[in-house]
Amino acid sequence: MIHWYSIFSLVSAMICAPFLKGVIARTKAILSGRMGASVFQPYFDLWRIFQKKSVYSKTTSWIFKTGPVIYFVTILIALFFLPLGNLPAILQFQGDFIVLIYLLGLGRFFMVIAALDTGSSFEGMGASREVFFAFFAEIILFLCFITLSLLTKVLSLAEIHFILSDGLWLNTGVVLFLVVVALFVVFLIENSRIPFDDPNTHLELTMIHEVMILDHSGPELGLILYASQLKVWIFGLILLGIAVPFDPQVGVFNVVVVMAGMILLSLIVGVIESVTARLKLFKISQFLIGAMTISMLALILALGGR
Amino acid sequence: MSLLFFGLGLLIVSGIVSLFTSRYHRLSIIAGCSGTVVGCLMGLIPAINVLGGKEYMPVHFNWNMIYGSFSVGLDGLSAFFLLIILSVSLLAAIFGSRYLYQYVHEKKLGVSWFFFNILVFSMALVVIAQDSILFLIAWEIMSLSSFFLVTFDNKKEEVKKAGYIYFLATHLSTVFLLIFFLLLDHFTGSLQFTGTLPHLNLSLSNTNLLFLFGFIGFGIKAGFVPFHIWLPEAHPAAPSNVSAVMSGVMIKTGIYGLIRVLMLLGTPMIWWAWLIIIVGFLSGVLGVLFAIAQHDLKRLLAYHSVENIGIILLGMGLGLLGICYQSSSLMLLGFLGCLLHILNHAVFKSLLFLGAGSVLHATGVKEINRLGGLIKQMPITAAVFLIGAVAISGLPPLNGFISEFLIYLGAFKGTAGQNAEIILPALIIIIGLTTIGGLAALCFTKVVGCVFLGQSRSSEARAASETGYLMLLPMIILAGGCFVISLCSHQIIKWVVPIVTQITGLETKLALDITHNTADILSLVVWIFACFIGIVLVISFLRKSLIEKQEVDDLPTWGCGYKVSSPRFQYTASSFAQPLIKFFGVILRKQKHLEYQGVDLFPKKTSFKTHTKDVFMSAIYYPLFKSIKKVLSGFLWLQYGRIHLYVLYVALTIIGLLIWYIGLS
Repeated sequence: MIHWYSIFSLVSAMICAPFLKGVIARTKAILSGRMGASVFQPYFDLWRIFQKKSVYSKTTSWIFKTGPVIYFVTILIALFFLPLGNLPAILQFQGDFIVLIYLLGLGRFFMVIAALDTGSSFEGMGASREVFFAFFAEIILFLCFITLSLLTKVLSLAEIHFILSDGLWLNTGVVLFLVVVALFVVFLIENSRIPFDDPNTHLELTMIHEVMILDHSGPELGLILYASQLKVWIFGLILLGIAVPFDPQVGVFNVVVVMAGMILLSLIVGVIESVTARLKLFKISQFLIGAMTISMLALILALGGR
Repeated sequence: MSLLFFGLGLLIVSGIVSLFTSRYHRLSIIAGCSGTVVGCLMGLIPAINVLGGKEYMPVHFNWNMIYGSFSVGLDGLSAFFLLIILSVSLLAAIFGSRYLYQYVHEKKLGVSWFFFNILVFSMALVVIAQDSILFLIAWEIMSLSSFFLVTFDNKKEEVKKAGYIYFLATHLSTVFLLIFFLLLDHFTGSLQFTGTLPHLNLSLSNTNLLFLFGFIGFGIKAGFVPFHIWLPEAHPAAPSNVSAVMSGVMIKTGIYGLIRVLMLLGTPMIWWAWLIIIVGFLSGVLGVLFAIAQHDLKRLLAYHSVENIGIILLGMGLGLLGICYQSSSLMLLGFLGCLLHILNHAVFKSLLFLGAGSVLHATGVKEINRLGGLIKQMPITAAVFLIGAVAISGLPPLNGFISEFLIYLGAFKGTAGQNAEIILPALIIIIGLTTIGGLAALCFTKVVGCVFLGQSRSSEARAASETGYLMLLPMIILAGGCFVISLCSHQIIKWVVPIVTQITGLETKLALDITHNTADILSLVVWIFACFIGIVLVISFLRKSLIEKQEVDDLPTWGCGYKVSSPRFQYTASSFAQPLIKFFGVILRKQKHLEYQGVDLFPKKTSFKTHTKDVFMSAIYYPLFKSIKKVLSGFLWLQYGRIHLYVLYVALTIIGLLIWYIGLS
């Protein structure tokens, strides 16, 4: 099914996504006793970066320039699958979340080879770690979706969001809670947030996502940054759709709830980033296995509760 | 049908012509190659006709032999495999006509062409044979001709070893199949290999026995874990056009055989589905894990064949589950995914092997850690290899995704369905596919990144140049195939569905309903892909116009202030894969060899090597064959190396058999 009027949710995501980054940054600033930049700063940053000119390494090829474009478009297309409140997704069909996860995989594939294209060992290292951790994140995501399809008996993201009601939360609250916890971990790792990665630095200790884009500049860097902000929006929507049982009958209110939820999520991320330190690198895989165990537990409980 | 016979005949004739003209290189190549091309094109016409819905009557010749008859037929399943075999062989032959030319002064190319054409002929015969004796004969010709192709470069020690392992493996496969057919004849009195058996006199244990022998026999050929060890030896040893055919097509004859066995034995047991799913899971995950640990490009690709056979088995297992529990959507999606993945794997794997051959031809280097930066010297090869890499990683918008998506969809329908017993195997399938997908993406970012991107790591790689159009053309066609199969998938499944109903015995009307549903989903997926490609083009254009307005700097890669950069500073394939290899250390036993001679006034020359052995080879087969050798060396006194003694043995055996036979009757 194609719902054209849901283009609204796409547009709202494209407009609001940088705002979340501003909220996170501002929260961190306030908690560390600074004033911080305005929450609209990311918009100015994007505007500035798109004005700049690019610098290309002589080592690079067209892959380096195409990688960010493909990354950005995969994220953009992924937004087509996401419902917003009671607005259905633009596209909805059985197994749409499989396409969504694999599209994100495609974006990652091109970011990784774009990083390897520079021939720098820094970027190689970031790329290697990125694919390694993404491997775990993808399994956790799929485990969560298996659990959700077991509970709801439907196979599209939008339908899963609509069927999850307060009733289902009352009956299978433990399972859904575990799923939400696992998805939150995925949210943090996919968006390279503390405690897994630090989006503000590319220094040796945190060489994952940020170091991969070390050589990108100008419009390419702008595309990557914008795509990362949209990615926060995507995983936020997936998480909220499950954590907040919407009633599809209620109108505009739901959209407001989603927007408020997204801001709350950014606040939570800001607080976490202020109070925790980044994990040691080899601890990350242990942590991810922990999250995998949680999602596995949710699955087993859901199987037992049938 | 006569067109097919004529095409196959042409294959043999051109092979023989090529063999006898091998003194005149060009003539021999032209004879061998053009014979294959025309023969394959002729054979493709009936195959396409059958897939389009036209029926052919089976052809039956009486054969004056004790067993068997020459009966061949072309039903949907045969036509499907025939299509894959002939089209990939055709492209590989065109590639080979230029690729093999580098050996022109060392080897007699006519011999290679002869065996290549015989291989194509025998593979075609394997999939159209309806009689088990004919099938076995074709199977044996296929094994032998491919053995001679593997040992083409027979002066190298590693090639000899590979040939030996391949010879053993493929004949073990034949032994199991021989027993399978003998048992089949014994239980049923029928030597018909296609169709379904009359179930009158086949007890449960006999069916199970037959299944096991068929599974192992065909499994060795297809490369299921733990029978996969011959693939990573034989595929790198063979010339690249041959590896493309062997890996892309020949191992699929094992899958073909297994499907025929399943059709022959009728309603499957539940444990068959479980066995196939578990073996599929192991083949898929272990195949890709071993692939990640390889440094040799062709060896890595060979392990990926094991991985993809695993995916094909997961689809087949899902379909069998559907048959066992009478779930028509599982049946259809499982077998659709399975068959489509057979086609897809044939396309992208032969593309990748040809690409690897192209790299090998240009540089002479197979080791990934010594390549790099080839995208500048070989832009077209790099682009088509990238397309193959994205496709084999199962990523959208290419064909690998479509078949995996169908299997995913079927398995998710299993978990969301009502039947509790399907959930667990469906879960294994989903987790298996996810694991394989993530690891395959890791592996191919490594390959593309380290072979084609960055700076060249060796002088050979720096000196490379783009290969000729005869080698590029087949790769471009295959790369186009990756797009076409994906973007027309909602049409293609409609042609594949009749084959699925033939395998599963599903009602046509029911099948059409589900197909309609699936085609609707796929058309949305295709719509998304079209959108994706469109937006990528638009944004690329915008980016370019944005950049053109400004001056763009061309500087070296940022080295954090360090100016003296060298290609050896780059991340290597080994270091890229290191976190994962360490994580799976239980399975991937990496061995390190350090030659450190200490430090005098200056550090002395130090070398460091790592390599990962196949745990099945070192832990199972090596000890096993060592002990077999120990036992058998007790019989060494029989071997004198004199022919007349061997003739005596043969005569004694025949007399012994005669006496036994008379005693029996």
